[in-house]
Amino acid sequence: MAEPATISPATLLKDELDIVIPTIRNLDFLEMWRPFFQPYHLIIVQDGDPSKNIKVPEGFDYELYNRNDINRILGPKASCISFKDSACRCFGYMVSKKKYIYTIDDDCFVAKDPTGKDINALEQHIKNLLSPSTPFFFNTLYDPYRAGADFVRGYPFSLREGVPTAVSHGLWLNIPDYDAPTQLVKPLERNTRYVDAIMTIPKGTLFPMCGMNLAFNRELIGAAMYFGLMGDGQPIGRYDDMWAGWCTKVICDHLGLGVKTGLPYIWHSKASNPFVNLKKEYKGIYWQEELIPFFQSVTLPKDCTTVQKCYIEISKQVKAKLGKVDEYFIKLADAMVTWIEAWDELNPSGAKSAELPNGAAK
Amino acid sequence: MRTPPSLLSLTIDSAVINLSNITDLSPLPDHILIDLFLRTLRAGKLTERVLKLFIATGKDEVHSLIQALNIQVIVTPVLPTKIKDDEIDIVIGAVSSDMTSFLNEWRPIFSRFHLIIVKDPDLKEELKIPEGFNLDVYTKSDIDRVVGSSTSILFSGYSCRYFGYLVSLKKYIISVDDDCLPARDNKGFLVDAVAQHITNLTNPATPFFFNTLYDPFSEGADFVRGYPFSLRSGVKCALSCGLWLNLADHDAPTQALKTRQRNSRYVDAVITVPARALAPISGINIAFDREVVGPALVPALRLAGEGKFRWETMEDIWSGMCVKVVCDHLGLGVKSGLPYVWRTDRGDAISSLKKEWEGVKLMEEVVPFFQSVRLPRTATTAEDCVVEVAKAVKEQLGSTDPVFARAAGAMLDWVKLWKSVGSSSSPPGV
Repeated sequence: MAEPATISPATLLKDELDIVIPTIRNLDFLEMWRPFFQPYHLIIVQDGDPSKNIKVPEGFDYELYNRNDINRILGPKASCISFKDSACRCFGYMVSKKKYIYTIDDDCFVAKDPTGKDINALEQHIKNLLSPSTPFFFNTLYDPYRAGADFVRGYPFSLREGVPTAVSHGLWLNIPDYDAPTQLVKPLERNTRYVDAIMTIPKGTLFPMCGMNLAFNRELIGAAMYFGLMGDGQPIGRYDDMWAGWCTKVICDHLGLGVKTGLPYIWHSKASNPFVNLKKEYKGIYWQEELIPFFQSVTLPKDCTTVQKCYIEISKQVKAKLGKVDEYFIKLADAMVTWIEAWDELNPSGAKSAELPNGAAK
Repeated sequence: MRTPPSLLSLTIDSAVINLSNITDLSPLPDHILIDLFLRTLRAGKLTERVLKLFIATGKDEVHSLIQALNIQVIVTPVLPTKIKDDEIDIVIGAVSSDMTSFLNEWRPIFSRFHLIIVKDPDLKEELKIPEGFNLDVYTKSDIDRVVGSSTSILFSGYSCRYFGYLVSLKKYIISVDDDCLPARDNKGFLVDAVAQHITNLTNPATPFFFNTLYDPFSEGADFVRGYPFSLRSGVKCALSCGLWLNLADHDAPTQALKTRQRNSRYVDAVITVPARALAPISGINIAFDREVVGPALVPALRLAGEGKFRWETMEDIWSGMCVKVVCDHLGLGVKSGLPYVWRTDRGDAISSLKKEWEGVKLMEEVVPFFQSVRLPRTATTAEDCVVEVAKAVKEQLGSTDPVFARAAGAMLDWVKLWKSVGSSSSPPGV
């Protein structure tokens, strides 16, 4: 229950965390993040034209992958990595060798808290990941492990140890993450409400996971963070992180891992074109109505004790049940399997992976 | 091709937009003044100040327009709520006798409403209540008269508030403990807990999918990308649970361990507690739709050592889990978060520790029970649901501890009482 000791942000998990950034334009936004990001290793996934030269600001330690690199490294398996969509970022997760990942979009900047102080989003994500989650019973005072908070009366003591946190989902001030129809109706709405809370999303509850400001424990859940087939040549876009989020949540619920949402905030500066978005999301808006009941009813057998096993099982059910909705899901199910094969190749199981004894799977 | 607007028309439109900067309308020619008046009306910008500006021009045409449209300068404030004040009862369980400072502090917020004060039957002293409130006070003799001796329910201590819920004739109930005062928000403004609870109850809840921007119906927020459209109309919210600044609702061991910890974090959010997720729903600061879930708030779990401090009770936690299970079954929503109240320091956690340990131990049985209870489809009202839960309590927990067998009995008595005494409740969704 103790909070991690206050270490200076520069050293917290410096050698255990990679920052994955997909980009197609430039990385100027890194200048603003320099005080917080410079100690960490960056994995840049360059989408779009591989011949374009993306300039990384001086002083950052990074590796950069363009489409040619992805094709070279994965060979035929590269087909599972999206092109012309920020979904390609999941290649960065696969190729990382670190325990934790933080991913951020290139139009996300440092936000200020209500006192005017700059928010070190990375530090908050790390705190979230290093403290337990409480998915089995909702604490009305939100994160009980935060300074100044605790469990409320009535919270069973046997549940107060919590479970390991696999995902930390941050939020956004300024341009909120709305879908195209909402953007069209409310083009001027800005998120100005700073909600000073972190909470665990209860077991059995799904949520829309946004990839703009996201951190996770790669060892615990990385293999489930496949961002799907989006963008060029695909019938759908802007559902990459949603897909990863639903798969991830189902697997976390099954394996007894926690997902947190809330702080930290970043400042989202760029509102994408709602008409372009509508074209990308259109099918997703209809398919969503089938996808949600599907994910809400997925059950995983007790012998799925690793993330990979769970994921393969989900891909089978996707093929069987969602294949009827559209052929795309048959392709996607195959891509999910390809992803796991590629993941296992690049992350041989000599290294740690989340294998839990049979009893822990609920 | 559309005819472009005239320069005059554009000018008048511009004047409507800039009304706040205009202090004198008399130089305007009559026909322009009338046009401006009509456009101001249509734009919804006819405030009291602006109306006075038009009247000050002294022009007859303006005057006759005002008469014809029956525009009046409002003297008493028009409240923008859809809920009328007379649909609300504020129920306070009086566990301490001196209610003077409590009611005086709440006066700006409570004075509009009807209050039901229920005096703890164990309290010997007379209640001290300041003037100026529209209230009814119920004491031990009223409780005995209405309820009779046939029931096993004890309305003593904090459970006296349930009697107020029983006899109320209103649709909405707001209930706070008598050691809570109005809180101040982050900007220093007094929190109108009643208004916030009513907002929570009258806006839909969203229990089937978590919205990461919290309450999508609050100002400046909405559903996020990825939230299914078919779930965006939400469901009726039956219960609103508020929070507490200063002395938070921790249990005795926690408060004893962290004697100086006070909750100073004002979290500006209302969230729907997801379906099938249970939470410890404290009775310190709640509001509910009595017509829909009244019977599900049950005065049932009475600790052997129950006392007059919240650390020494579990009745509300039991009641809250019952309500959540019922709401989940009936497709109703439960919200948690705003409003905050300020809970004054009272009591000693360490001495309460001796009494409450029993409750802490019981929770280990209570939570798995409520997590696993399933109600049959035939249970379509709150009363039906409570009866089913009571049956399950008797079967599954009755033999574990006598306190549970008594709780089951109290729940059945409560439903009987509700049916005979409480005014009719309508089925949910109506």
